[in-house]
Amino acid sequence: MNKDHSISLWKDAYGRLMKNKLAQFGLITFILMTVLSVCGPLFSPYTYEEQDLLYGAQAPSLKHWMGTDVLGRDLITRLLYGGRISLGVGFMATLVSMVIGVIYGAVAGYIGGKTDSLMMRFVDILYALPFTVFVILLMVVFGRNIVLLFIAIGAVEWLTMARIVRGQVQSLKKLEFVDAAISLGSSQVRIILRHLIPNSLGPIIVYVTLTIPAVMLLEAVLSFLGLGVQPPMSSWGLLIKEGAEKMEVYPWLLMFPVLFFSLTLFSLNFLGDGLRDALDPKSARD
Amino acid sequence: MFNFICRRVIHAIPVILIIATVTFFLIRLAPGDPLSDEKAVPPEIRVNLEAHYGFDNPLWLQYLHYMGNLFQGDLGPSFKYIGWTVNELIGQSFLVSLELGLLALIIAVLLGTISGTIAAVNKNSSLDYLPMSIAMAGICMPTFVMGPLLVLFFGLYLGWFNPLGWEQWSDRVLPAFTLGIYYAAYIARLTRSGMLEILSSDYIRTARAKGLPEWRVVLVHGIKTGLLPVVAFLGPASAGLISGSFVVETIFQVPGLGRFFVMAAFNRDYTMVLGTVLFYATLIILLNLIVDIIQVIINPRLKYE
Repeated sequence: MNKDHSISLWKDAYGRLMKNKLAQFGLITFILMTVLSVCGPLFSPYTYEEQDLLYGAQAPSLKHWMGTDVLGRDLITRLLYGGRISLGVGFMATLVSMVIGVIYGAVAGYIGGKTDSLMMRFVDILYALPFTVFVILLMVVFGRNIVLLFIAIGAVEWLTMARIVRGQVQSLKKLEFVDAAISLGSSQVRIILRHLIPNSLGPIIVYVTLTIPAVMLLEAVLSFLGLGVQPPMSSWGLLIKEGAEKMEVYPWLLMFPVLFFSLTLFSLNFLGDGLRDALDPKSARD
Repeated sequence: MFNFICRRVIHAIPVILIIATVTFFLIRLAPGDPLSDEKAVPPEIRVNLEAHYGFDNPLWLQYLHYMGNLFQGDLGPSFKYIGWTVNELIGQSFLVSLELGLLALIIAVLLGTISGTIAAVNKNSSLDYLPMSIAMAGICMPTFVMGPLLVLFFGLYLGWFNPLGWEQWSDRVLPAFTLGIYYAAYIARLTRSGMLEILSSDYIRTARAKGLPEWRVVLVHGIKTGLLPVVAFLGPASAGLISGSFVVETIFQVPGLGRFFVMAAFNRDYTMVLGTVLFYATLIILLNLIVDIIQVIINPRLKYE
């Protein structure tokens, strides 16, 4: 591996990314959302479960910036705590899916032959299954446990990652630097971990950026159906569900969670698109 | 062609059997059972009920019994809807889901291909940017956000449609749009990139060179190949429409299969859960097969693998 070359590749991509206004907007919004969700609750005078039953639902005011819900809980505090859960599930489940997908795809692509076609055949079969149905079933069976939630989602979302990495590894392993590594006596594990996977990082990063919103969406769907995070804890999906139930009377209970959630999805999708254009200029812009 | 279909069907059988087995034992792991209700049943009656449904047999015997019935196409009785079989429940509620899904698919394909083609033909003009920005917004607005917002605006504020229910023709509009809009957006993006690629190819230049009017070039020559990525997307899309229907049917109180499934899972209605999972799996495998066949028919360059 030529170090100068790899640096210039990343610099090149960075330059292209910085020229893309939408991607920059996405990156800034996403960082802002993450910082707000992680640090925001520390500065809030309320907690996510503190009730002010005397007043019930109040419209946004100076005391409660985004109003309160029916039980008198401060909405902005619940939103920020919900952001921790939604973003946390997004990150963790994506991490699980990335680890499974990258290892599976790299092994299949590197070994090749019968093993490869068998492993990819398995992926094809899994592609054809109704996974949302399965995640719903898992949540019902094993209780609404947040750790299980992201393991279940992660275990579902690794298929495309495996395909992408396999394709990368297949074309990379024919290159000379792999021959060089073999002749230097590197073990197969080392070749996969130190040479093939780092060189596939571009597509991996792009797909990870696009997986996070998909995962957050699935978590929100589950919470919306009452199968995800349970009150008094909050998540964006749960808040949208609660907001949708009361929207005729207290529209702000729906509007603010929708705003937070959609803005985050927007920013991640823009960032993912921008990263794809930056890291893989060959791919046609769609 | 015939061999291809046969092979795919033969591949599908073990998959469905594995799904049946995994789901059967998974749902039994769940705490609670369909006989425990809010109202406690006297122990004597409970024993009789268990005997009636065969719960007193060892699990492996129940499994064999279920699989035996499955081979005859019998999904068993529902535990929660007394007097109904799972076959009847699925048959009835699936018709509702099918209607909703088809309407959503029609909306998605029509809106998506038309706006995508317009965008591709008018590349880098406002007729390109406007539909594509709306499409991006559509992709980022999940069904459970879109649904309540549509209800709020068209149902409650303007009063054009009933906010929920599934009685008259007009009740179909909001759910179908809620479900279809995401796929319309996705198809629009696929159409645009597919058409852009095709419109710069050699045979399109030939068509233009021999003096065909532009609409013929686009609509007759271009669209046939330009829409190939869209057709390939229809398989995953129909699977997505199915899972999307859980949310949409819950929002709009549509008596479809998605709602029955979620409720059955909550109620531990073993046979209903199993039946629905198997039904969904078979349906998706079947849909993928049909999409693959259509793809080969319109694009003979693809070979049956």
